[in-house]
Amino acid sequence: MTGFLQNTFNGLVGGAFYALLALGLAVIFGMLRVVNFAHGAFYMLGAFGAYVLLTEAGVPFWAALVIMPVGLALVGTALERAFIRRLTRLDPLYNFLLTFGLTLILQDLVKLRYGVQSSPYETPAALSGSVDFGLFDFPTYRVFILGFAVAVCVGVWWVLTRTRIGMVVRASTERPELTRAFGIDVGRWVTPVFGFGIGLAGLAGVLAAPMRAVNPLMGADLIIVVFAVVVIGGLGSIFGSVAAGFGIGLVQAWGEAYLSDFPIVSQTIVFIVMAVVLLWRPAGLFGREEAPA
Amino acid sequence: MTSTVDTETDAGRPAPRSGLLAVTRAPGWVRYALLAVGLLVAFWLPNGLYPAVAVDILCWALFAVAVDLLLGFTGLMSFGHTAFWGASAYVTGLTAIHLGLPFPAAVLAGALAAAVLAVPIGYLAVKRTGIYFAMVTLAFAQMVYYVANEWRSVTRGENGLQGVPRELFGLDLTDDYYFYYAILPIVLLGLAAAWRIVHSPFGRVLVGIRDNPARARALGYPVHRYKLTAFVLSGFIAGLGGGLFAVGHRFVSLDVLHWTTSGKAVIVVVLGGIGTLWGGVLGAGILVRLEDWLSFSGFEAIGLVTGGIFVLVVLVFRRGVWGSAAALATRWAASRRR
Repeated sequence: MTGFLQNTFNGLVGGAFYALLALGLAVIFGMLRVVNFAHGAFYMLGAFGAYVLLTEAGVPFWAALVIMPVGLALVGTALERAFIRRLTRLDPLYNFLLTFGLTLILQDLVKLRYGVQSSPYETPAALSGSVDFGLFDFPTYRVFILGFAVAVCVGVWWVLTRTRIGMVVRASTERPELTRAFGIDVGRWVTPVFGFGIGLAGLAGVLAAPMRAVNPLMGADLIIVVFAVVVIGGLGSIFGSVAAGFGIGLVQAWGEAYLSDFPIVSQTIVFIVMAVVLLWRPAGLFGREEAPA
Repeated sequence: MTSTVDTETDAGRPAPRSGLLAVTRAPGWVRYALLAVGLLVAFWLPNGLYPAVAVDILCWALFAVAVDLLLGFTGLMSFGHTAFWGASAYVTGLTAIHLGLPFPAAVLAGALAAAVLAVPIGYLAVKRTGIYFAMVTLAFAQMVYYVANEWRSVTRGENGLQGVPRELFGLDLTDDYYFYYAILPIVLLGLAAAWRIVHSPFGRVLVGIRDNPARARALGYPVHRYKLTAFVLSGFIAGLGGGLFAVGHRFVSLDVLHWTTSGKAVIVVVLGGIGTLWGGVLGAGILVRLEDWLSFSGFEAIGLVTGGIFVLVVLVFRRGVWGSAAALATRWAASRRR
């Protein structure tokens, strides 16, 4: 039982990263119809940025937790203005290819400067140690990640459903032409929303720095799993993406714990789940049915 | 994509129709002249280039044509074709090493294995269209990568398969120069098959599905089954390329299954020109030659250049080499007629 609870908790922590990344992807997709391949690269930049800030400027984790997401959000805004915008009128595949190219560039730039080996990042002092949950101890830092990620997801949900800005964003996601007809400048919200999504990826990266190996390729394999996550949840649904993120985290942790004798299965369990979902509900668990093709 | 416009994107809103390239076929003599030039270049290639590079170009040409068959003529962007390229490379390598078959038989076994693998992946992937199709294929390719990585008893994991033999009835093919001419017929057959598929009634239906899936369905064509068939055929051709690549390098590593390889195949097609078939061959030539030149001159960050080409091509050169040339030629012909 203790083991099961521990695995479940680990799964939720792993899922928190998927959820944050999938949330950013879903928000961007909703507003721009762009699937951002470079999301994993920005996650990596978030972690690397935190590492560089600490080792070369002595900036602590807490400051990095603010600086990196904001900084990357600004980079994202510039990116949208300079490139993404030019292609949004064309088939979405072009922006997928563009951001794929950017991913290769960003990875190689970091590789050129810092090499491929992983760099350690120390857990901030206030979050080291562990929390006693009675049945088992849990590293404080992981508890913090889970709480923080849930708070961010709830916060985004609150903004989207309870504020005027959220209303505009949701309306322009669902019916852009109609929203425009109501006199709302949809185009004005595109750039900030893109920047916000990138900022979320950067935030996930900073959170990952003390827990995972910081290296130029850390975002590459992750983003493909996140793609599977959004296919499972349904990219059109923001709630679905977040739920699928946590769900896949759980499934992965359980798979690793209880199917360790079958590494082929436990390593690919995300994709097996995706295959089942495609068979059962092709539009994703929370996605809307697409027009038959 | 100029030519992969899908009226139904996953969002349920019509994708904007960007001007489709008018499919005006060049007059007969031009096409025969181009064919002759192409064959001449193919026969001359290892004399003008480092033969190992020429071999790589042939393999990548097959890969690119396979991807274009889906992207340009069916309207499906597979971002996971490395699964078929890589799976065939492994199966080819294993058959050649353990059974000692002549290499064409081993490559055929590899390509057949790739086609078999394409059945379940294609069956699931064609349930989605547009950008989702790209994500689903990418995810399944990654799954194949993880399987190969974990199944070490067969794939040798990180070490890869070493010493894939170039057996062909006792002929000495260790020299890449002669090996090039040994594989050239296979590659030409693969390219001819792709051309045949595109210009068959089946291929016309595929283009119809690409341009308007709803109408194709209304006309009574089983759209999913057509897409799946195209996917499997494309997997087979990509497998031919992958198998030859394995024999060419006498070595198979996990790199053949890496997701960057899938992306490279797509950009080769965009660089050459989507929906032009032979554009992919040109794109393969350009990219393979460029990468060889970069690694030869000791440049380490190849991804920087490949990524840069990606960005540039997508931003300003979406018609690709072949597409731009065809557009220029059409304009020239039109102005002469006036």
